[in-house]
Amino acid sequence: MSSIEKEIAQSQEKVNLDSRLAVEQHYIDPSPIHGLWALTNRDLRKWYTNPFQLFMSLIQPVIWLGLFGKALDFGAIFSGSAPQLSGAIVSSVFGTSSYFSYLAAGMLTFVILFTAMFSGMSVVWDRRFGFLNKVLTTPVARGSIVMAKVLSSVARSLVQAAIVLVIAVLLGMDISKMTLLGVAGTFAAMFLMAIGLSSLFVMLALRSSDWQTQMAIMNLLNLPLLFASNALFPSKFMPEWLQYIVKVNPVSYATDAARQLLLGSPGMVSLSFDFSFLLGFAILFSVIGIVMSWRYLTK
Amino acid sequence: MLGNMHGTNHHYNSSIIEVRELSKHFGKLKAVDQITFEVKEGEIFGFLGPNGAGKTTTINMLTTLLPPTSGEARVCGFDIKREAKEVRKRIGVVPQEYTADEDLTGMQNIMLCGELYGINRGELEKRAKELLRLVDLADAADRKVSSYSGGMRRRLELASGLVNNPRLLFLDEPTLGLDVQTRTAVWEYIRQLKEEYNMTLFVTTHYLEEADSLCDRIAIIDHGKIVKVGSPTELKSGLGGDVIQLTVDNSSDLTDEISKIEFVKEVKKVDSSYRIKAEKGEEAAPLIIELIRSKGLHVTRISVTKPTLDEVYLEYTGRAFRDDEDPSRVWAQRMTMRRARA
Repeated sequence: MSSIEKEIAQSQEKVNLDSRLAVEQHYIDPSPIHGLWALTNRDLRKWYTNPFQLFMSLIQPVIWLGLFGKALDFGAIFSGSAPQLSGAIVSSVFGTSSYFSYLAAGMLTFVILFTAMFSGMSVVWDRRFGFLNKVLTTPVARGSIVMAKVLSSVARSLVQAAIVLVIAVLLGMDISKMTLLGVAGTFAAMFLMAIGLSSLFVMLALRSSDWQTQMAIMNLLNLPLLFASNALFPSKFMPEWLQYIVKVNPVSYATDAARQLLLGSPGMVSLSFDFSFLLGFAILFSVIGIVMSWRYLTK
Repeated sequence: MLGNMHGTNHHYNSSIIEVRELSKHFGKLKAVDQITFEVKEGEIFGFLGPNGAGKTTTINMLTTLLPPTSGEARVCGFDIKREAKEVRKRIGVVPQEYTADEDLTGMQNIMLCGELYGINRGELEKRAKELLRLVDLADAADRKVSSYSGGMRRRLELASGLVNNPRLLFLDEPTLGLDVQTRTAVWEYIRQLKEEYNMTLFVTTHYLEEADSLCDRIAIIDHGKIVKVGSPTELKSGLGGDVIQLTVDNSSDLTDEISKIEFVKEVKKVDSSYRIKAEKGEEAAPLIIELIRSKGLHVTRISVTKPTLDEVYLEYTGRAFRDDEDPSRVWAQRMTMRRARA
């Protein structure tokens, strides 16, 4: 066979080699985010087909609401010494008629923070059980793998926040200033915070196959994020150094937005600042998460 | 059974995997050290070596899971570093561990896998059903994977590795940890799938018998280096041939005459028995019998033994195959790899 014939034969072979793929293309979704919904749905399915898990994830915020919210009745402290003033004091301190109502808004962000935290954990499990390795050998975009974790965590946390809100209202949250628009706005703020926080925790788990380390990271971050915010207590009574931390903590802005929108409280900052901050936080961390996945999401 | 792949398949001569001086270092450990080899379209290529030899690391690089430290590789004609996505579209991977999601059913697992390739749902459903039937899991399709046995899971992994109709399937220790019966069954499926889909298979294993009976060609890898590549027959004949043992009913010495026979390389006599090394044992044996008869003597006992891959392995690595698996060494190596990764 002459060299030219050889060359022709070789190029013919190349064509044959890819002919199967050419047929396949017909069935293939060329969208760069294909698989995103499939992966998101996989995580969500684990949750909604398992009522026990759903129930367990609600217990903690409900216990906090019931025990913490009802036990720490800060209003009662004042009603003993100056009963006629207590209403005014509670309202000036908490911006609403009771500490319970104040805390209820904080509990919404609390439940989102805790759900977001576990989004990182599920990356670790997927790595350990080999599922992640399998996914990594498919042409699905690395960013989709990360965003699926984020989106499933966001969906889960918003549903949980909605249930917590209903329970809080049933337990006596002040609804005198609550509007449908206010509730919608609150969930928009929660949505942004959930995206940012889930991205953060997923990002921290990208390289990890060790769940103990991941647990340690979660505990290290979640309590400061919760306590160094206005979720449980007004930040204006905190020492000055702590207030700086409160002011960079996204949990504070989501809670602040929720209180303004649900309870009509005077805000820490304006609503537009709350939303700008949360939007920036969500975009920044999801972009960092996606970029990091290109580099670090390997075996 | 595998004969049809030789010659008749016109894809056979083009390379589907080309590897040039590929290396992967984890810190100081050279898990894979400058390996170079090719896999031809349509063949079953075996990657043989003990635990920790670098088999899985090589697969991880070729399947774009791990970036190489240096060197190059093209899989299905695409560069594993720069064109990883094109490679991923064309390959199927059946990893060593079970990767299926236990909370989903077999069907849901395959559907999920297919969606990650972007296959549209109508086509995918058809394909998933067909694959499940092929691996005999049609009846268990709607059961959660957590209720599957080891053999069933292995088959499910096989099926989901095939969902994108790959040209090249990577199988990392497909029979590891399975009992002998299940192992045979899994290989039977692999053979069947290969015929059905006309694929190239890249298989790692440390079961020598499996590599011997299934693979068209084998690479022996040890300490991250490829020490030998060839067909099982080539590797074995490289050892200096078959061993013929025979006993004659008379102790007169025929050593010199036997040595002159074609194919015979070496003759040793012990009492009235001979131990003969010959290149083609089956062809040499009748000639030897004829010679002995022509001297008026009788052969009372004869055996022809082919060398096994065990001996090949011993020859090229200097170690017996199973002696090598010192668990502490393998463990130490795993830990190094894990630390280097973080």
